[in-house]
Amino acid sequence: MAASLRGSLVTLAKSLSGPRWQQLASRPLSLSTGLCGVESPPARADATFKVTMVPGDGVGPELMTAVKEVFKAGDVPVEFEEFHLSEVQNMASEEKLEQVLKSMKNNKVAMKGKIHTPMEFKGELASYEMRLRRKLDLFANVVHVNSLPGYSTRHNNLDLVIIREQTEGEYSSLEHESVSGVIECLKIITREKSRRIAKFAFDYATKKGRNKVTAVHKANIMKLGDGLFLQSCAEVAQLYPKIKYENIIIDNCCMQLVQNPYQFDVLVMPNLYGNIIDNLAAGLVGGAGVVPGESYSAEYAVFETGARHPFAQAVGRNIANPTAMLLSAANMLRHLNLEYHSQMVSDAVKRVIKQGKVRTRDLGGYCTTGDFVHAVVDNLRHRPIL
Amino acid sequence: MAAHSAVLSMSKIMNPFWGRRIGNTIKVFQTAVISQRNKGSLTSENIPPPAKYGGRHTVTLIPGDGIGPELLSHVREVFRFSCVPVDFEVVHVNSAEETENDINNAITAIRRNGVALKGNIETNHSMAPSVKSRNNLLRTSLDLFANVMHCQSLPGVQTRHKNIDIMIIRENTEGEYSSLEHESVSGVVESLKIITRNNSLRIAEYAFKLAREKGRQRVTAVHKANIMKLGDGLFLQCCREVASGYPDITFDSMIVDNTTMQLVSKPHQFDVMVMPNLYGNVVSNVCAGLVGGPGLVPGANYGRDYAVFETATRNTGKSIANRNIANPTAMLLASCMMLDHLKLYDYASLIRNAVLTTMNETRLHTADIGGQGTTSEVVQSVMRIIQSKGQLTAEL
Repeated sequence: MAASLRGSLVTLAKSLSGPRWQQLASRPLSLSTGLCGVESPPARADATFKVTMVPGDGVGPELMTAVKEVFKAGDVPVEFEEFHLSEVQNMASEEKLEQVLKSMKNNKVAMKGKIHTPMEFKGELASYEMRLRRKLDLFANVVHVNSLPGYSTRHNNLDLVIIREQTEGEYSSLEHESVSGVIECLKIITREKSRRIAKFAFDYATKKGRNKVTAVHKANIMKLGDGLFLQSCAEVAQLYPKIKYENIIIDNCCMQLVQNPYQFDVLVMPNLYGNIIDNLAAGLVGGAGVVPGESYSAEYAVFETGARHPFAQAVGRNIANPTAMLLSAANMLRHLNLEYHSQMVSDAVKRVIKQGKVRTRDLGGYCTTGDFVHAVVDNLRHRPIL
Repeated sequence: MAAHSAVLSMSKIMNPFWGRRIGNTIKVFQTAVISQRNKGSLTSENIPPPAKYGGRHTVTLIPGDGIGPELLSHVREVFRFSCVPVDFEVVHVNSAEETENDINNAITAIRRNGVALKGNIETNHSMAPSVKSRNNLLRTSLDLFANVMHCQSLPGVQTRHKNIDIMIIRENTEGEYSSLEHESVSGVVESLKIITRNNSLRIAEYAFKLAREKGRQRVTAVHKANIMKLGDGLFLQCCREVASGYPDITFDSMIVDNTTMQLVSKPHQFDVMVMPNLYGNVVSNVCAGLVGGPGLVPGANYGRDYAVFETATRNTGKSIANRNIANPTAMLLASCMMLDHLKLYDYASLIRNAVLTTMNETRLHTADIGGQGTTSEVVQSVMRIIQSKGQLTAEL
């Protein structure tokens, strides 16, 4: 009955093509596109996503517990596969690494704490952290430095993205003593990887609607190595006529970042510079505890904190700030197409920070990690009045 | 059910010979290379990898005109609903503009993402003759030499001929579409049809390879070599040369006028067909009509480095735009071909099965094939079937 009625409506639509009818006919269409919004129920709620988890050392396991608590309270359809890989606690072995890699092959997505590496040389130049990174080819590290409303620092309303190549450069683990007393560390820059990271930076900028990419280098000293990096960036920039491309020398970049960080939008750089700039920029908005980070290869994505420190002196004291890891978890949910849950978690965290009542020590408060997590959980179901 | 699996096998066509070079890729009409900033350091030899990070792909989306935007918004909705790891970079091309900025932007966007899904862009005939068809410009600039469409009867759709299964491979970059026309003497216009040995060998090679990959028996070359003895003669000769390398596949040729007649009277004699540009245009429209019309058949354009997916017959559908009555099947199936191309086979078959179930079992049809459903009803039915299929992510 309804079908025939609709049929007659369709024929009516054909005979009438006035603007008023078009408006009517387009209503169901706009209704279905309206479903795309963040407030819509999660797609395929029956499915659960498996995610590999490597808590690492220091406060890593505590932060992961925080994430799991919040996910549980928010009914997030994610299941973690945990692997405890640690060099300092003698829990690292080839099999462990293989297990993690195997799990990653299936899940494609992981959350990771910092795997601490002792400074002294014990016959192996590459740390487990580096080996994992190389095995998975996680070439791009992204740190989105964003000021948290409600927590004021020297620079507020900061919003910049740091993209770092993290498989070559100074981290090549190629060091040798050619003559006694003379050590050579090889810094490797390749065209292929430089192009790849440059393209990643521009693709990221395109996807996030950003306007400018700045390459950071030291080509005035390392004319060939960093020169190649710079040249690769300039070549890739041709493909993105709508995005402005600039370059800046690393030392000047550091000075500009603390003086006038607002001039930057997306920064792309080789490995070691990225490491320094990541930490510097994280310091601008509140430190290692509040900035989320992520690493990508073509196949895999690993979500972690922006500035990677184990923070070992805080272990067991319940004082670590879980903000960075929780925001990183929210980014992971977005990556998994769980837009709704992602928004829920990040909104809750941001609301707690904005209210300013519950703050961990690094932000000048007196609350514990547990207090903060509870506050986030309490805010999960809060809906703003529109 | 058998038809189901047969159409499923379509998914496997869509792995073009990525990276394998067929002959020399001499770009015949490389009109719009990257024109911004200093030219030339990005050649076909050092194309950067496509935008795929953390398992998520970025795909250029060109909504086009007419029914394109609404169909593509349905595709996005279905993708979001199925948790497909694809992000779209939307690039609008304004067909009313005379400058080529928009289309150049779109071409650059495809160069960086590698893959695109597009609606047809309208070509306004009343504009200056210097304004070329945007669609043609896009295909020639990206050297998308092979247009592939697979016409297969759907059991749920009433047509005059049943069980049609024809693959059409069309040369996409030269022939009559060279955009070379001039008035040599007043009142005399010459349009140049260009046939080159390189491109003919390339398309023939592609057709035979595809035929072998799909286990097809016969390749038919369509031509008009009785009139254009040199041009189409060259095409035919190239096809023969390539055929000699494929003794397992029968090769024959047919003149284009006879082909169209045979198609509407005895379509079952055809298996794989290969032809130059304009004949391909005509024959593909005939075939699409045989299985139910422009709303049903998806099409793909492959080059060595890039791939663009659209509906097979490239209609704008202006008359039915924004009325929620267009058939979303072709565009949804084109998006499945795209997912196959991106090697996301599970997602592709999930969506494809849902679309075919809606067509063949639920029989929820839009007006173009005699039904009374609206576009959004069909899409909602597709999504309902996707949901009922359950745990996708656990299987992956």
